[in-house]
Amino acid sequence: MKETKPDVIVIGGGIVGNSSAYYLAKRGLSVLVLEGSDFIGNGGSSRNGGGVRQSGRDPRELPLVMWGIQNIWPTLNSELGVDVEYYQKGNLRLGKTAQHLKILQNLTDKAVACGLDVRMIDRDEVRKINPYLSDEVIGASWCPTDGHANPLTTTLGYYKAARALGVHFITGEKVVELKKVKGKIHQVITENTTYTADCVLLAAGYESRAIAKTIGINIPVRKLKIECLVTEIQPRMFEQMLGTAEADFYGHQSKHGSFVFGGSTGLEPYETDNGTPISSSIGAPCICRGIMKYFPALSRAKIVRTWAGWVDECADKVAIIDKIDEVPGLFVSCGFSGHGFGIGPAAGYNMAELIATGESPVDLTPLRYNRFKAKI
Amino acid sequence: MHSINDRNKEIGKFIPAADDDLIICRCEEITKGEIRKAVHDGMFTVTEMRRYLRCGMGLCQGQTCAKLTKNIIARELNVSPSTLEPATSRSPMRPIEMKILGKEEVNKNERD
Repeated sequence: MKETKPDVIVIGGGIVGNSSAYYLAKRGLSVLVLEGSDFIGNGGSSRNGGGVRQSGRDPRELPLVMWGIQNIWPTLNSELGVDVEYYQKGNLRLGKTAQHLKILQNLTDKAVACGLDVRMIDRDEVRKINPYLSDEVIGASWCPTDGHANPLTTTLGYYKAARALGVHFITGEKVVELKKVKGKIHQVITENTTYTADCVLLAAGYESRAIAKTIGINIPVRKLKIECLVTEIQPRMFEQMLGTAEADFYGHQSKHGSFVFGGSTGLEPYETDNGTPISSSIGAPCICRGIMKYFPALSRAKIVRTWAGWVDECADKVAIIDKIDEVPGLFVSCGFSGHGFGIGPAAGYNMAELIATGESPVDLTPLRYNRFKAKI
Repeated sequence: MHSINDRNKEIGKFIPAADDDLIICRCEEITKGEIRKAVHDGMFTVTEMRRYLRCGMGLCQGQTCAKLTKNIIARELNVSPSTLEPATSRSPMRPIEMKILGKEEVNKNERD
């Protein structure tokens, strides 16, 4: 295949790869995006609960997501020319036991230390914000600047906008190896062909590990299955994003009117699959029972669809966004650990700045690739 | 069907047609024109089209419009419909109430 050498090759056409490509192209760089699957945004980018949330996050990634919520999300519709269905109506992280409230208090204290407007609220205040919650909920953390958006139109919106800026996308082009020439990144080898570039961004989710391994870099991520379900259109009930203290249940009502809820059975790591994430027979019923405990009013809502996806779980559950010292020209942005959608656009912008100028608006030092140490 | 799909493929400009207002996905009320335009936005596959426009994501989950959508995309790309993969079918087969799907025949005492 004849290919003029682009300034940057991005491996992975998800929210992180697409947004990075978009902002790189906006800076005037030529970009080629290689997506291994047949579809743009086919990994966690299309398979998540749609949270655009700061509360409940690790303090290391909090500055980046706060930056994105202040600088990118409010104007993303006009930026991309699609409706990303962004609602900034707050996030309730719900607790049902004293132990839950302790977890929430701890998360809240950490976030407040980072300058986030989040606080603990009691049973009555929770109900003022969301009157549909069951009596089991005894308190919550409340972050009014959190929200949710549509992961599908956001990811494909970045693709559409990047493509309009001249970014070259190829799907079904699975990368199998990276190669250095004279000590620097030079070749990206796929199942079919070899591409060359002096700068490569690896944003392939959980697949990043196998690709990075071919050039001697260990990225400690693995895949972990999640399951979600979608209801038919319901009357408008509430606009907040919802989560729980144990992070076992999350969801929101979309602009469309359907509810999207995700949850876990706890048995995901022990299931078998045939190479695609599969909804298990126990997954959706388990999520339904979870939903009905929190929202009895939804017990007659009909489920129209269930789906599953893999998140790229990092060893310490926080993303890796960095340049790789051992391989000049190689950058990595992966391991978002199931909370990458809301932070994705900010990660893309900051990565594009890091590649183009050597510096990013947000300090990415806490997200370095070489931070992993033995625990003792 | 795993194959290379170059999204820079030249498909010409979007040309408005007389029947662009025709509703293709009845559940989500998506028109032929919207689908055709989305192809020019880069949505070259049925899966991406669903995610982008919601066609086939409503109550019937595309059981009515899936073929029509596929044919419109194929025509716009100037390829045979047989080269396009259908979207993934997802359970449940029919919409089902939460309290029914969530009720498994498990003896509560036994499970606890």
